[in-house]
Amino acid sequence: MKRVQFEHSSIPYLFIAPQIIIIAVFFLWPAAQAMYQSFLLEDAFGLSSQFVWFKNYSDTILSGSWLQAAWFTMIFSVLVTFLSLAIALLLAVKANEVLRGARTYKTTLMWAYAIAPPVAGLMGNLMFHPIIGDLYKFFNAIGWDFDHKLDAFDASFVVILISVWKQVSVNFIFFLSGLQGIPTSVMEAATMDCRSPTRRFWTITFPLLAPTTFFLMVINITYAFFETFGIIDTTTQGAPGGATNTLVFKVFQDGFRGADLGGSSAQSVVLMIIVLALTVIQFRFIERKVHY
Amino acid sequence: MAGVELSGVKKVYPNGAEAVRGVDMKIDDGEFIVFVGPSGCGKSTLLRMVAGLESITGGDINIDDRVINDVSPSERDVAMVFQNYALYPHMTVRGNMSYGLKNRGLPKEEINKKVTETATMLRIVDFLDRQPNQLSGGQRQRVAMGRAIVREPKVFLFDEPLSNLDAKLRVQMRIEIKRLQRRMGVTSIYVTHDQTEAMTLADRLAVINDGRIEQMGAPIELYNNPATLFVASFIGSPQINLIPARFEGGKLVSGSIQLDGFENLPENKDLVLGVRPDALSQNSDSRFEMRVDLVEQHGADNLIYGVLKGAAATEGDETEICLKVDQQILPDIDSNLGLSFDTSRTMVFEKDTGARIV
Amino acid sequence: MNSTNWRLISTHAILIVGVIFMSLPVWVAFATSTHAPETILRDGLKFWPGGHFFETYSEVLFVEGGVMKSVLGTTMLKNSMILGIGFAVGKVIISMLAAYAIVYFRFRLALPLFWVIFMTLLLPLEVRIIPSYEVVSQLGLLDTHTGLIVPLIASATGTFFFRQFFKSVPEELLEAARLDGATPWRFFIDILVPLSKTMIAAILIIMFVVGWNQYLWPLIMTTKEENYTLVIGIKQIYQILSEGGELPQYQKAFALTILATLPPVLVVLVFQNWFVKGLVESEK
Repeated sequence: MKRVQFEHSSIPYLFIAPQIIIIAVFFLWPAAQAMYQSFLLEDAFGLSSQFVWFKNYSDTILSGSWLQAAWFTMIFSVLVTFLSLAIALLLAVKANEVLRGARTYKTTLMWAYAIAPPVAGLMGNLMFHPIIGDLYKFFNAIGWDFDHKLDAFDASFVVILISVWKQVSVNFIFFLSGLQGIPTSVMEAATMDCRSPTRRFWTITFPLLAPTTFFLMVINITYAFFETFGIIDTTTQGAPGGATNTLVFKVFQDGFRGADLGGSSAQSVVLMIIVLALTVIQFRFIERKVHY
Repeated sequence: MAGVELSGVKKVYPNGAEAVRGVDMKIDDGEFIVFVGPSGCGKSTLLRMVAGLESITGGDINIDDRVINDVSPSERDVAMVFQNYALYPHMTVRGNMSYGLKNRGLPKEEINKKVTETATMLRIVDFLDRQPNQLSGGQRQRVAMGRAIVREPKVFLFDEPLSNLDAKLRVQMRIEIKRLQRRMGVTSIYVTHDQTEAMTLADRLAVINDGRIEQMGAPIELYNNPATLFVASFIGSPQINLIPARFEGGKLVSGSIQLDGFENLPENKDLVLGVRPDALSQNSDSRFEMRVDLVEQHGADNLIYGVLKGAAATEGDETEICLKVDQQILPDIDSNLGLSFDTSRTMVFEKDTGARIV
Repeated sequence: MNSTNWRLISTHAILIVGVIFMSLPVWVAFATSTHAPETILRDGLKFWPGGHFFETYSEVLFVEGGVMKSVLGTTMLKNSMILGIGFAVGKVIISMLAAYAIVYFRFRLALPLFWVIFMTLLLPLEVRIIPSYEVVSQLGLLDTHTGLIVPLIASATGTFFFRQFFKSVPEELLEAARLDGATPWRFFIDILVPLSKTMIAAILIIMFVVGWNQYLWPLIMTTKEENYTLVIGIKQIYQILSEGGELPQYQKAFALTILATLPPVLVVLVFQNWFVKGLVESEK
């Protein structure tokens, strides 16, 4: 907040009103409804409902399919985050080293940011298409009995590959800007203190990128949780047998396709709690960030 | 400890810009050399070439009789203090100081011993476990020095290390650097654009202009006997007075002023007469007069600024003049002040080439 | 050959592999889209463009497709534009106003309102998708632009961005403006908005891409085919194209993915510097 401020009784409310009204109608109200519905059990025709306390929650969390989705979401998030960060970091470090062609590399590595996850999913779907997909043919040709429609591992592989592909650009942009933010003289001092470029990277560059890395971890986990919905919906749709269901995809599946509003709302609430927990962790990291 | 020798050192950037145009220099063991010059003159580039941070396009650099052109910076046995200190922000002071030693594989106890010794000498022992962002500017400066000293290099390199400090601290650190260097006797090269720093620190001073050494020598030698107009005007504060003149009929003529006492100067050439403010004195009998427009009282001395009456104009403006006098002499504004000078302390330069004639 | 040269070569090699990994899928999608369906069915994916560019793209753009055969490519393009631009513009205006109130005014409910706005950051639309749908349908906003765009604006990312930016504006500016007799509204219009120009441009670009790429919300919000955006339309159409009929129209599916990709990619490429600046600034 500023030290110097206007003091007016009504004007600030006028400025802030549009945002607050939209939030009230499209955020607070639905969020409250989700809470309320998560305690209700509707009959099959949606004509009457009954207050059932935590039954929806216990049914949800204890169901095998929810636990399966939670487990998959965790593995999926960790892998997507780790792989896309690692690839992006490698590329950013290299792009920061070259002088010739630096701009071309930068442009061609970042532009995939603009591609929507479902569009990436559809492209991937065609690459892995059993009839025309070269990747499908290639994997089968090298002796991998590849079939992402039937095999859980292969399906996870496809979803993770596309999700990583889609996320590399964002991470690349942030890492590159982080690298460029390290003062030249600090890197020069390091050159005079340490001969090995690899050692220099791990002792100086990587620690100095830590704030960016933590920030990106949060962004990537959020991405893996929520934004990959479009990729899953356009590729495996949770198949085979729910093996590639993420929690968000399952909320959507149960609520819209399965019309189980109570269960789906309970899942939403659980998901909110998970996200809030992750945010608390994020804040601890941001505290560390203040350090340098 | 070692000598440094530069022979025919050149730096040409890929875009064709020439930063250093052939520098020869021999620095003796234990000498304190200062590179001074305006910004963009190539002094920093030259220093960074000695450090190994810039490649050498032509010529050789020797340290201790070994050509180090292709030796990596960490193996040249030099240490550098950077302008913005370049401390590693994620390491403590101790981490900063021991990093280079650790990379050389020194045993832990030895590193600790050296770090403690150096920190004691620099009075930063209390801060060893702090991070750089918890230190003041002056403390960071000391840590940067400590990081260089602890490595016991053959050569110290300083790249404008005091320019981020406030005026008072700068003077303190300047004295401290000089004392430390005396005590340790390590060959040092120091880059600055501040001529006071240059004068006070250097055993020998190299004035650099446009990628070349204009003149090299002891500071007082350069002050008293500059080889070129550039050196004369760069060294000395307040700046030397420069009066446009020509040599006609055995006299040095500037506008309506005619000065005796000059001989054998080339006629029909634009000349510049240089007189240091401390070589001028007040003389009420003289017809060589200035009109006073400003007096600065510095304490012991007063600086009197004004316009030299009757002198030829320099590029359309009246020729300004400054003299340094005792605190008692306090002329009125707009009064006229007669001046005299000792001809043996004046210099005459050729205007076009900047070469010194007398 | 010394070690420096080897290092340079390996650096470029890694970067080139990276560029291929990131670009090849899109290139292949484009190349394949310009071939005849028979060729694709016979040979698989194509790495080089063929001769059916105009045929494929004019059909995709100007001939009705979809389950009901009622949506043109150009209609979806238009819907996507409306969503992208409407979302970006709406978000910038609303979040700038809110950020201005929070940063520059002292008022009683400032803190609680700030927390309400902050909360929206924690819970993305995805977790409250079903109740949001119900609210919008109760308000009779299904299949309308308002119903599509406004709920997406509820999340406050833009507000936080502008708040951060306004806080970096020197305080002296407000003091000077007050001495010059500026009212809050004048200060906003005459000083803050012009100062924020680059930031506004950056946010517009980022938000256009974000809006264009929306998937889940438009998917449940739109029931009529003529309201499809490209991003949701292609999936519906893809299924018909590749699974129904005697000859799968893969080239059209590829062409649609290219159409859905092109506008946001162009925006990002053309305004690259602003876009990167805006994106990176949002970290702080």
